[in-house]
Formats: sequence, C-alpha cells, structure tokens
Amino acid sequence: MQISSTHDTSSLDKPALISALHRLLPGDSVLFEREDLRPYECDGLSAYREVPLAVCLPQTVEQVREVLRLCHERNVPVVARGAGTGLSGGALPLSNGVLLSLARFMSILEIDPVNRVARVQPGVRNLAISQAAAPYGLYYAPDPSSQIACTIGGNVAENSGGVHCLKYGLTVHNVLGLKVLTIAGELLEIGGAALDAPGYDLLALMTGSEGLLGVIVEVTVKLLPKPERAQVVLAAFDDVVKAGEAVGRIIGAGIIPGGLEMMDNLAIRAAEDFIHAGYPVDAAAILLCELDGANEEVSEQILRVRQLLQEAGATEVRTARDEQERARFWAGRKAAFPAVGRISPDYYCMDGTIPRKRLPEVLSRIAELSREYDLPVANVFHAGDGNLHPLILYDANKPGELERTEEFGGKILDLCVAVGGAITGEHGVGMEKINQMCHQFAPPELAQFHSVKHAFDPQGLLNPGKAVPTLHRCAEFGAMHVHGGKLSHPGLERF
Amino acid sequence: MAATMDADIGAALQNTLLEAIAQRTPLRIAGGDSKSFYGRVTQGEHLSVAGHRGVVSYEPTELVITARAGTPLADIEALLAEHGQALPFEPPHFGAGSTLGGAIASGLSGPRRPYAGSARDFVLGVTVLTGKGEILRFGGQVMKNVAGFDISRLLAGSLGTLGILLDISLKVLPRPETEKTLVFECSDAEAIQCFNTWSSQPLSAALFGNGRLYLRLSGSVAAVHAARGRLGGETIADATTFWAEVRDHRHSFFDDDVPLWRLSLPPATPPLDLPGAWLLDWGGAQRWLKTSASAEAIRETAAKAGGHATLFRGGDRHSEVFHPLSPSAAALHKRLKAEFDPQAILNPGRMYRGF
Repeated sequence: MQISSTHDTSSLDKPALISALHRLLPGDSVLFEREDLRPYECDGLSAYREVPLAVCLPQTVEQVREVLRLCHERNVPVVARGAGTGLSGGALPLSNGVLLSLARFMSILEIDPVNRVARVQPGVRNLAISQAAAPYGLYYAPDPSSQIACTIGGNVAENSGGVHCLKYGLTVHNVLGLKVLTIAGELLEIGGAALDAPGYDLLALMTGSEGLLGVIVEVTVKLLPKPERAQVVLAAFDDVVKAGEAVGRIIGAGIIPGGLEMMDNLAIRAAEDFIHAGYPVDAAAILLCELDGANEEVSEQILRVRQLLQEAGATEVRTARDEQERARFWAGRKAAFPAVGRISPDYYCMDGTIPRKRLPEVLSRIAELSREYDLPVANVFHAGDGNLHPLILYDANKPGELERTEEFGGKILDLCVAVGGAITGEHGVGMEKINQMCHQFAPPELAQFHSVKHAFDPQGLLNPGKAVPTLHRCAEFGAMHVHGGKLSHPGLERF
Repeated sequence: MAATMDADIGAALQNTLLEAIAQRTPLRIAGGDSKSFYGRVTQGEHLSVAGHRGVVSYEPTELVITARAGTPLADIEALLAEHGQALPFEPPHFGAGSTLGGAIASGLSGPRRPYAGSARDFVLGVTVLTGKGEILRFGGQVMKNVAGFDISRLLAGSLGTLGILLDISLKVLPRPETEKTLVFECSDAEAIQCFNTWSSQPLSAALFGNGRLYLRLSGSVAAVHAARGRLGGETIADATTFWAEVRDHRHSFFDDDVPLWRLSLPPATPPLDLPGAWLLDWGGAQRWLKTSASAEAIRETAAKAGGHATLFRGGDRHSEVFHPLSPSAAALHKRLKAEFDPQAILNPGRMYRGF
C-alpha cells in the first residue's frame, strides 16, 4: 500500500537533499540506492512496506541534530527506527521521507550500581542492558519478547511491556531520564538519575509517543536487584472460565506474581508440539504463575498459590522442580507465537487489553467470531494485566482470507474497547491500528493529541500519519478496511 | 451543597469553566485546599472541586479504583483497607480534607515511593476538563494501554495548570502482610551507604535524621523476619504513626518556620555542603532541608549533584519555587500549556511564572 504523509514534497529536490545529507554524514551513513533501501522497507509488521527516500545512519548526536535540522528546514518527514522489531508498523518508512536509523548508537555509557541506573544510547538492545548489569546483581525489568533484538530507544518509543508488567511495570515505570532531539534540533534533557524532574512529566509523555514528538538519543533506566529466587507453578483447567477465576483468586489473596500467563487449548497444543514443555495437551487452558522475591516469601506463596489453584478447580497443579523445568515451562509460553506459526501458513497477532473479569465473555465472543469467519484462533493471554493476544490463523495465499482476517481482527479490537479495554496494550498503534483509534477516542480527544503533537512538531514532520489518525481519516473510516499483516522475524520469541 | 455527599458535578464545573473562559477569569482550583502552601502564589477566582466526590467503581481483584477528584483521600484509603489494599505511593495528607484530585495534580508521593513507585506511576486514566472547556478521557481502567499519548500521566503533577481533573483511575495493590521498622544510630554518610547497599532487602521506606536511620521492611512474615535477622537494629513502637507523620510533615523536623526545601537527587549522592538541618527520605533520593541559604546556592548544589531543588514550603513564593527549566524546556512547557489552556486561566503561574 502506498503510504505518504500529507506534506507537499512535490517540489522536493531529491538529489539536492541527498547531497546535503552527504555533507553532514560520512559516505557510508547515507543510503539512497533502491537495493540499499530495501532492508528498511518494513518493521516487524511486514505486510506494510514502503521504500524511503533515503536512510541515514548517524553515529553522533551532533549528526542526528544536523539531519533533523536539514529535514526541518526543507520540510522533509523523518521516521526514526531502532531494530525494526515493532509489530504495529511504527517504523514504516515514508516514500517522501528520511528514515533515521539509530542502530549505530550501541554504547552503554554508564552502569551505576550504587544509584542502580544505566545510561545507554538508544540503539542498545534491551537484553544487553541486563547482561551489562548482571555482574552487579542487577537487571532491567521490562522484557518484551523480542528483547534479544529490540533496542531501548524503540522500547521507550512504544512503551514496551513483557511478561512481568503486573509486578514490575511497563517501560514508563522503569525509565528515569531521556535526552531527546526535537525536529528543530533542540536538545531536551528530561530527568536523570533522580526519581523525578521539575516541570511537566515529559518523561511519561515521551514514553510511548511512537516517534511523533522527538528523537530519543540517550536513555537512563532504573536497574533492580535480581530477585533471590523465582519459581513457577503450572496449573491445568478443563474450562477457560475456571482459569480466569483462578487469576482473580490469586490476586484477591494479595499475591502479585512476577508473571501470570494463560494459554488456551490450541496454543497449548501448538507449543507442546514445538517445544515439548510437558504441557497437558488435553487441558482447555493452562496458567503459568511465577513467584519471585525473598526465598522465604516465595516458599510461602508457592504453597498458597497451589491451594488457590486447586480451590479454583485446577485438574492438575505442578511446581517446577528445578531451574531446568522452570525454563521449560516458560519456553513453551515464550515460543507460543512461532509455535502457532508452525501449524498455520500465516497468523495475525492482536494486542487488546480488557478488564480481567470480562475474559469469559470476550473469549466466548472471539470463539463465535472464529466460527463466523471460519478462521481458528489461539489465545495467549498476559492474564495478570488483562493483555490478550489472540492469534488468528489464516493462509494469505487463499484469496480473500487476509481480508477476512483483518476484518475479524478489527472486530476483536472493537470488542476490547466495548468492554472497557484498549486496542493496544504493548505493541503500539503505529500504522496498524490507526483506524481503531477512531473507536477508542472521540474527536475532541484525538484533536488534543494533535495539539500535543503541535507543541513539539508544528510542521508535523516526525513520523506523520502514525499513532494518531486525522479527524478526516476517522470520518472516512466507515468505508475503509483495516489492514493487518504477519510477523517478520519469525524466529523471535513473542509474548 | 454539603461537601460530604457523593455527587457528580462535572457538568456544573464545565459550565463555570466555560463562563470563566468567556470572561477570561483566572481560576484557582482547589480540592481540600490542603496544599495551598505549595507552588507559586496564584491569583484567581476560587474554584472548588470538593463537591465532585465519590468512588465510581472499585474492583479489588482487578486492582483498579476509579473515583471523582473531590473524594477525600482518607475515604479512599479506608475503602481500600477494608479489602486489604492500599494506594502504594502513600500520598501525603497535608490536611484532613486532602483529596484524590489534589494528590494526583500535585504528583506528590510518600515514603514508599522509591520502592513502590510514584503517584503518576499508578495513574491508569483520567477524565479531565481542559482549559478549552472540553471533558476528555485519556487512558482507562486497564493496566496496559498504549493507545495515544500518555496524557493521564502528563496531567499528574501538572498542578492544575493544564486541566481540572474530574475522575481518576488508579492501580492499587495489596497491603503487605506485615511491616516492621528498624532503627540504627549512624552518621549521614553511613546511612546513605546503608540505603543503597541494602537495596535488595524487602524495604518499603528508608529515612535518616538526627543521627538515626529508620528502615521499614514490608512483605510476608517470613521474609520480614529473615531480613530483620540479617540487618539487626532495634524495632520502634507505633511505626504506623511515625511514617504517617513523616509523610504528612507532622514529624517534629517540619515544625519550623524556616524555608523548607526539597532536593530530589540520585540516591547515593554524598551529604551535600549546604547549611541547615537535613532529613533524608526515599533512601537518599528525597532530602528535606531547612535553611535560609540562597535559592541560587541550593539549586546550583542540587543541579551539580544531578538533581533539582524545590522551595517546598515558606520563603518567597512570588519568585520561582520550582527548579528553573532550560530555555528550550521552558518554551516547550509554554507551548504545551497553550495547547491545553489557551486563555491561560487555569492556576496561572502556580508552577512557573508565565504559565
């Protein structure tokens, strides 16, 4: 599909822009030949592709500033990109814009074990931070499934989650400071190693702003002491409703697990076929409940959780006997997405959130829709925090099936909004859910988002057309189809 | 109207605001008016949100409460306590009438903050009446929601300068099974070291003042007992009152007319060379200083240490009380203010001169 911003760049002199970029950056830092641009044409949502006008790979903050200034002056849109693992098309290039890759900002600038913070460049991988902090007994808590590849800059832009959000929060709860360049090339220093900063909470505003407000050039994250012990309990249920009730019982008993995940039968079978995690393949649903903290506390909570699970009607409750078994229990869950990818030519991952108590009705409505559209669905659920990932199985080679899948997916998101939830819990709006934003928010709220954007970027040059739909687009939405796509990076674990 | 009845006066507040917008009448927004000492002096017609009160919904197993801004904090805390839950950020009560709206608009958090998170961390969604006279909803009642800019959390701590909070949804958490407070005698430098080397213990508060280090342990009985065994120290009686007094500034340290400064610093910052009396909270990350030293000297010292300083109470409240912003940040703040409150009538100048 053709995606371009509304900017009139018809008068843009492309060769002049390229040579201006060449004056700012070393030769190998500007790509403009079509074959060099191809690798940047999509992010993790590969159904959307667009070749950018040029790709810049700066290495210093000063170079980023100069590129932004140039684009600002010439009215050229800019899309920032980290590792390109995002699932909502947030880093999809614009045909008339510059793609600004932060991939070369790979330095960990400082690990401060006493203040328990790490100061890193935006292109540092999520997992690399925890690895660098490990010698001090510390780690960075948010663990999106793509953590071996995704970068911290992208995590901040998307407010990424993971399986430990209920207890340890999202990216927004774990970032203390940012350095951001505005489109005009002004450097904003927001926060630092202290717990708060003067003025408005720009840290919260920047986190999850999907590259629309500024370009992140440095991040200070909070590091946590590694829990003394972590142990996981697996429970099987003959009914997903009972599994849902068990989650309520655990939380109602005052226990906040480090991770609390649910899988339905189709997801269990796919994962078991792939990983041989030892899951009960006859179960309608399984729960994985990880308890972490002080040794004594974990021991107590394991006993309590086992009892609660049994009271909720679990047909089987198993505690991982050792670290290997714990890793195996999680491996099945972490491989659920690629496992589903093995049993279906294509699948489409949704990311809605719902109040947990509405789970039974949401699941039964998804099952109804699944029959209606004649497309199977595997459900993987961050049960603790109500973040549902239905995976719709389809075959893009069958005529009309992708379109049916997209329509089905759109209905699931509408359902999430209708029960009081949200269209995206952790993958972002990007290009993918831009139309669903019209359901989630009323026109005055969307207008306020545009006002905020205007305060940062009056010309609308940073990642235009993503995250927040124009009111005009929403007005036309009735006649439009929702576009979806399948994952690239099929080998990455997905939560 | 009696301010003790639950009522939804959102529409009335909107009408008052629309009139104020038409007349360009500045408003001074208040809930319980317990924090009128905080921020800069602002001129404006008093607009009370206190009548907009009541818990709208509370689902203990969902860990979410939604209440109107005028609901007294004490009412919310009592309701949560009935279900074994609490507001994890321990908001200060600077008066009996402290409201939820005031707690979130000021963004202040109590002793548990470094271990549990801040007021804004627990905000899930808000309904806000902006300076354009519109009632808008951002965020929601679910734990995870990344649709649109995080305006709910932007409003937390904005001191009513961007909008009037109407309803607020917060994440709540179970109260710890047990708590115990230990006390040790030591120097300030030793205390700062302990705060940081003991960070993997089940701490929920860490304070130093007057030669004494206070640590609050929270968690299961077994975990607290084990940590107590590792750390030693003496236990204090009536720890609940002690921490409430620290939180609400009723502790004897705060019983003084000298200007009170709040320094927010990287927690391991060594003792700072500024004259006056200190109380170190938040494991060293929030330091209270009673001093007559100049604002310039305090701010320079705080900034050099990687933090910032606020004239929290007393002193000259017509000058800047919050740490000055860089020119680019100040310009951005002004643009944001104008996008929410184009007539500049909401708490004008409460945060910084000019917006």
